[in-house]
Amino acid sequence: MRQDDARDDGLLQRRKVVAGIGGGLLLGTAASTTRAAPSGKPIRIGGTLSLTGPLAQTALLHKIAGETFVDILNEGNGLLGRPVEWLLLDDQSKPEVARSLYEKLITGDKVDLIVGPYGTNSILAAMGVAQRYNKVIVQSSMGIPKLATYDMQIPASPFGPDPAKENNALVLDCVASLPAAPKSVTVVTSKFPSAQFMAEGMRDVAKQRGLAVPLYLEYEFGTRDFASIAARVKDANADFLWVGALGLEGNQLLESLKKLDYSPKLHYYLYPAPGPLLASPEAKNALAQSFFEDSPPFSTRVGVAKFSPMYRARAVKAGIPYTQLDSQAMGTYNVFYLLTRAVEATKSLDDKVLAQWLKKTTVETPFGSQSFNGPNNHGPGIWLVKQVQNGKWVVVWPRAVASAPILTT
Amino acid sequence: MPSLTLLSQALLSGLLAGGLYGLLGLGLSLSWGLLRLVNIAHFALAFLGAYIAYQLGNVAHLNIAISLLLILPSFFAFGVALHWLFKRYHVNEFGSLLVTFGVAVLIESLIQYFWTADFRRFESPWGTSSIRVGPIFVPVLELAAFATATLLAVATWLWLNRTYAGKALRASAQDEQIAAAFGVNHRALSFLLSGLCAAYAGVAGVFIALISTLAPSQIWAWLGVVFAVVIIGRLGNPIGALIAGVLIGACEGLAMAIFSPAWAPLVSFSILIIMLLWQPRWLQ
Repeated sequence: MRQDDARDDGLLQRRKVVAGIGGGLLLGTAASTTRAAPSGKPIRIGGTLSLTGPLAQTALLHKIAGETFVDILNEGNGLLGRPVEWLLLDDQSKPEVARSLYEKLITGDKVDLIVGPYGTNSILAAMGVAQRYNKVIVQSSMGIPKLATYDMQIPASPFGPDPAKENNALVLDCVASLPAAPKSVTVVTSKFPSAQFMAEGMRDVAKQRGLAVPLYLEYEFGTRDFASIAARVKDANADFLWVGALGLEGNQLLESLKKLDYSPKLHYYLYPAPGPLLASPEAKNALAQSFFEDSPPFSTRVGVAKFSPMYRARAVKAGIPYTQLDSQAMGTYNVFYLLTRAVEATKSLDDKVLAQWLKKTTVETPFGSQSFNGPNNHGPGIWLVKQVQNGKWVVVWPRAVASAPILTT
Repeated sequence: MPSLTLLSQALLSGLLAGGLYGLLGLGLSLSWGLLRLVNIAHFALAFLGAYIAYQLGNVAHLNIAISLLLILPSFFAFGVALHWLFKRYHVNEFGSLLVTFGVAVLIESLIQYFWTADFRRFESPWGTSSIRVGPIFVPVLELAAFATATLLAVATWLWLNRTYAGKALRASAQDEQIAAAFGVNHRALSFLLSGLCAAYAGVAGVFIALISTLAPSQIWAWLGVVFAVVIIGRLGNPIGALIAGVLIGACEGLAMAIFSPAWAPLVSFSILIIMLLWQPRWLQ
């Protein structure tokens, strides 16, 4: 048994080394201008994003990230020496549209490879199509990993197999490290599936740890009026406010709380719009989820140094208010990175070969060491907690990668 | 059981939110009731107004009053132009539903082209201001929206019931040919009303910009509740739209405080269904 473990460890180490060398080679290839320009029939990668509809704000970041990655690739040697084309369609934030478009991409446009759309619902829809045609699908924003049962889906963002438990435990560890650790938690969440799923997890984990949960509230995705929700949060007056917020919902709740002359003592936002929350005076010391921040040690990781300034320049050009490279954009970077790594390593466009390679290999990515051999192809989750400190997002947990200690108001 | 303070705060928040529903429903109600045009583009127009207010206020740093002075006449002109198209192509009540849906999609695309799909937030000094009355907090902007909605609803009701033009419009809505026999120039009045409805959308847009977060897809978030407001308030009745808005807003606020915020969207349609089943005389 121990011999098997040792052999597995050895294999794992060897795969890591090979993967690291492969990554360096691929990036060197992509970045190099001295190599021959790509030629021949383009490799077509198809996918959709929610370019319109309620998810369009975030999908725009993914679009810029994907385009930047493909351009860097084509500036170098392309993929297998061939240029790469990203055939991107708009799924209008509707899963049923995503489903039809993936069908079209695979059967009509006959793309060589596919990448996942944005958002849990659309990814699930696209995954069904990928499964029908045995296509490998790498995706970055499937917030409920247990639903992704297709064996050739690869999660590019390190959610881990059980984020509702894993991330919420991490968040509670983080706030428990404070001298005045919270004894009660209010949980407020959007009914958007991936946020609601995490909120239920927070409620359960908090109760397991003996924290009181005086208020658990769900609101519809797209709620306009947070005044009554704020009144209930104020009324509950818990030590810690956990918000399953998407986009600007966190800002809206904070503004409504401010109108009631109430500031949460300690507050966390799940998937916020990072720029607006950073800019909000009410968001002082707000905590939020992250997988990546454009600061050391993350910014020194594979490919980030070249990608980051290009991404920021394009985000500025696109008129996006917050142009810092974050988990969202890095998710799509990683989708393309993993897919192209697999292609270069196997010299193949065969979906089964690519999926097999990815599931066997530990890859060094901007998120850290990622593997895809656990439940539903997830490796361990690599969650971070970041905090607004002096007008910047700063990683405060886990301690091993934190650039500053957590602050309280 | 929620505390009295919580209930009072939620009720007040709902009442004030209802003012904005009424303001947004005002133009739609008049256009549907008196011109027989179901103008879905009204929502898109309001959001266009909101984005223009955002641009003028947060980017060009113009005073909101000056922004309003620029938005009102230009929206009035847009409303007149849109109505000219309806007249030119003989768009009927059902046709208007489809045509204005198309116009709304066009405006949404236009907004996304100029301002991207990213969130926009009008930063104003009154954004988080409120007045304290005992344990209750009254948000300033929502109060201003409510006051404006009341003012416009009452003024419009007086115009429709106390002036020749208003009475003529109502007469035309009942029977255009008989009204014409009495010398009513329905065509000219319909252009006036159409411009007015678009200008009301502009006013609602300015308050949406001040109170809400802007994203192109938010256009559709108001559709259901405002349609319920317009139907419950009776078509073409400005005071009715305001009362219905306040009723729905208050019920939503209480539902959020007593049950769950997730119940709020059910409220407007539940009230609508109850009203349609009950069919009170004032709704017929």
